Amino acid sequence: MEHILIKDGRIIDPANKIDHIGSVYIVDGKIASVTNEPAGFRADKVIDAKNQIVCPGFIDLSTRLREPGQSRKATFASETAAAAASGVTTMCLQPDTVPVIDAPAVAELIKDLAEKSGYTQILPIAALTQKLEGAELSAMLTLKQAGCVAVSNANQPIRNLLVLRRAMEYAASHDLLLIHRPNDVWLANNGCVHEGKLSTRYGLPSIPDAAETIALAQCLELAELTGCRVHFGQLSSRRSVIRLHQAKKYGLAVSADVAIHQLHLTEDDIVPFDSAYHVQPPFRSIRDKESLKEGLANGTINSICSDHQPLDLDAKLGAFPETEPGISSLETLLPLMLKLVDQHAITLERGIAALTQKPAQILQLDSGALTLGFAADICIFDPELDWQVNSGNWKSQGVNTPFWGEMFNGKVAHTLQAGRIIYSQPDIAN
Amino acid sequence: MPTNLQLNSEGKLKHFLTIEGLDKQLLLEILDLADSFVGSEDRRIKKIPLLRGKSIVNLFFENSTRTRTTFELAARRLSADVLSMSIATSSTSKGESLLDTIRNLEAMYVDMFVVRHGISGAAHFIAQHAASHVSVINAGDGQHAHPTQAMLDMFTIRQMKGDFANLKVAVVGDILHSRVARSDIQALNTLGVAEVRVIAPKTLLPAQVETMGVTVSHDLADGLKDIDVIIMLRLQKERMSAALLPSESEYFKCFGLTEARLKIAKPDAIVMHPGPINRGVEIDSNVADGPQSVILKQVSNGIAIRMAIMAMVMQKQEGV
Repeated sequence: MEHILIKDGRIIDPANKIDHIGSVYIVDGKIASVTNEPAGFRADKVIDAKNQIVCPGFIDLSTRLREPGQSRKATFASETAAAAASGVTTMCLQPDTVPVIDAPAVAELIKDLAEKSGYTQILPIAALTQKLEGAELSAMLTLKQAGCVAVSNANQPIRNLLVLRRAMEYAASHDLLLIHRPNDVWLANNGCVHEGKLSTRYGLPSIPDAAETIALAQCLELAELTGCRVHFGQLSSRRSVIRLHQAKKYGLAVSADVAIHQLHLTEDDIVPFDSAYHVQPPFRSIRDKESLKEGLANGTINSICSDHQPLDLDAKLGAFPETEPGISSLETLLPLMLKLVDQHAITLERGIAALTQKPAQILQLDSGALTLGFAADICIFDPELDWQVNSGNWKSQGVNTPFWGEMFNGKVAHTLQAGRIIYSQPDIAN
Repeated sequence: MPTNLQLNSEGKLKHFLTIEGLDKQLLLEILDLADSFVGSEDRRIKKIPLLRGKSIVNLFFENSTRTRTTFELAARRLSADVLSMSIATSSTSKGESLLDTIRNLEAMYVDMFVVRHGISGAAHFIAQHAASHVSVINAGDGQHAHPTQAMLDMFTIRQMKGDFANLKVAVVGDILHSRVARSDIQALNTLGVAEVRVIAPKTLLPAQVETMGVTVSHDLADGLKDIDVIIMLRLQKERMSAALLPSESEYFKCFGLTEARLKIAKPDAIVMHPGPINRGVEIDSNVADGPQSVILKQVSNGIAIRMAIMAMVMQKQEGV
C-alpha cells in the first residue's frame, strides 16, 4: 500500500465543484481523500504543490502516435512520454494506424505496446468500417470487447449516407460512441487551406467551411434517425457551432470538441507556404475562431483535444500543398488553454473541465475527476512558469508546430497516472 | 510571403518569386532596365556580356514552349551558359526528390534556377532551401504566381499607354486557376492603375476575390465599359470536365472576346493574352490578329523583361 500526499496545492476539480487550497491523499493508486487526511494515512511520498494547481489528469480525445506502422515519425515511447510531460494521463488513438484498428489483434497490440512504454494510458478507437474504406462495417462489438472505446472512420470518407446510417445503427445497438470529424471530401476537393483571402491570394487549393457544415448537418440528421451517440471531433467553423447549438437545444445526444490550435490561429496567422501551418481542418477566419471560443465558453463545444499529429521532417519538407497536414500539439495543450484564460475567453475551471470532466463524460469513463475511489490520474502544474518551445524542452518526436520558438506561460510539474508518477519536471523532481 | 526571402539586406532583388511585397520603385526599375535591352535583338551582335561565365538552369516541371524559350534566349543574350531541363511532373516531383534535384544541380555550381512547377509555392520552397549563392526565378508555380509574365504585361502596357495612373484594366476568364491573373492584379495595383476589374462566371472566380483589390463583373458586355486594357486568360479544356463550365461554345457566347464586344471598351483599348490562345474559345481570331491586339508584342517583350530580371538578380547577388 503506497501512500502519496500532494500538499498545499490549489485543487481544481470541476466535476466535484472543488476549487480550494488543500491536499490530495492517494492510497494504492486511487484517490483516498481530498482535503481531509484519511485515518491511518502515512505518506510514503510527499509532493509539495505550493503555488501550483492540482487537477485531474487530462484526457485527450484525438491523437495519432504513428505506431504501429510509422515509427519513423514517432513511437509510443516518445509520444506517451510527451503526453506525460503535458499532463495527459489518457489519450485516444485514432484508428488510422498501419494496419488499421479494425481487428482485435491490432487493438490488443496497441494496448500491450502502450503499457510497455509505461507512461500515459492509450485507449484505441476502432475503425467504423473495414480498413477504413467506408464500405463494410468493422466488427465493432469484438473491437469494443478488445478495449476500443469508440468507433470512427478517422479522416477517411464513408462511401455514402446509407453506409453511414447502417454503421450508426449498428454502433447504437452496442451502445458505441461514434467519433466523427465532419468533412465532405468532394467539397473539400483536396484542398489544403481555408477558402478565403489566403487561398485566393496564394492560389492554394481551398476547403470551404461548407465541407464541414454539410457533413455535420447530415450526421445530425442520422443521429436522430438512428439514435446513435455522436461526438464531433475538431470542429473548425462558426456555422458548425451554430448548427450544433441548435441540435443540442433540440435534444440530440451529441457532443463536440475543438483542437486547441483552432482557438488561437486563423488564416491570417499563416506564414505563407510555411508547412508548419498545414493542418486539417484548416485554420479558418477570425470570425470562425471567435465563434469556436464562444462555443467552448458556453458549452456548445464540450471539450478540447490536442489533435496531436507528430510528423517527421520529410513529411513537412516540400511545397505547401504537397506536405502532410498535422501539428505536434500535446506539449502546447496546457499553455494554450491557459492563454485562453488569460484572454478571458474562458474561466480556468471551464478550461480544466474541457480537458478532464467533459471528455470523461463523453467516453463514459470513471476518470477525469478527483472522486473518491477513482484512479489517481492527476496533473500538477505551475500556471506562472515561463518556458520556450525549443529542442531542450520538447519531448515529442515530431517538431512540426507553428509555435516553435514561442514563449509560453504554464508548465506541468508532475503527472500521476493511477498513482504512479509518470512525469516530474527535471529541476523540481523531489 | 516574407518579402525578405526575395530581397537581400539592401532591399535589392535576390530571387524573383512573386510581385507581392515588391514596391512600385522596384517594378519601375525592372521596366526601365528592360527598356534599355529593347532593340538589342536588332543589332548585328545580339549578345551583351553581363552574365558571362554564369550557369543558368531552366528547370521545367511543367511543359511550356514560350516561357522556356524566352528565358533561354534572354540568358544567351546576356552571355550566360544555359541548360534547359524538362522534368515530367510525376510522383517523383514531390518534396524530397525536388530538393534532391536542386541539391544535385547545385553541386554542379549552378548560379541560377529558373523554375516552373505545377504546385503553388514550389519556387518559394526551392528558394528557401537553395544554397545562398543561388538565385531562383519563378517561371510559374501552380496557381500562385507568374511574376515575369506580369512584368512583361506591365512593360507592354507602359509601351502602349505611357502611364498607369488613369488606366482601367479588365482581366477576363479563368481567374481562379490563373497564376498570371494573380501576378497581374498585384502588379497593376502596385503600379497604381485606376481600376482592375475581373470578369468571369462565379465558378472561375476565387472566394473573396475583392480582397485582392479588384471590382467584379459576371457580364463581359457590361464589364468592358470604359476599359483601356483587356487581359484575356486561357481557358483550359479540363475546366469543362470538372463541372466548372458547361461547354466551350457557351463560354465563348458569354465571355469570348469578339469584335462587337471589343467596341464596348474604349476605342483605343489594347487586347492582351499570355498565350497560348484558344481561338474561338476565349477570343475570336479577328480580335487576336486584329489591330488592337498586342499579343505578339508581349512575346517579344518577354525576352527584354527576362534579361532585365536575370541581370538584376545576378548583380545583386554579386553585391555589384
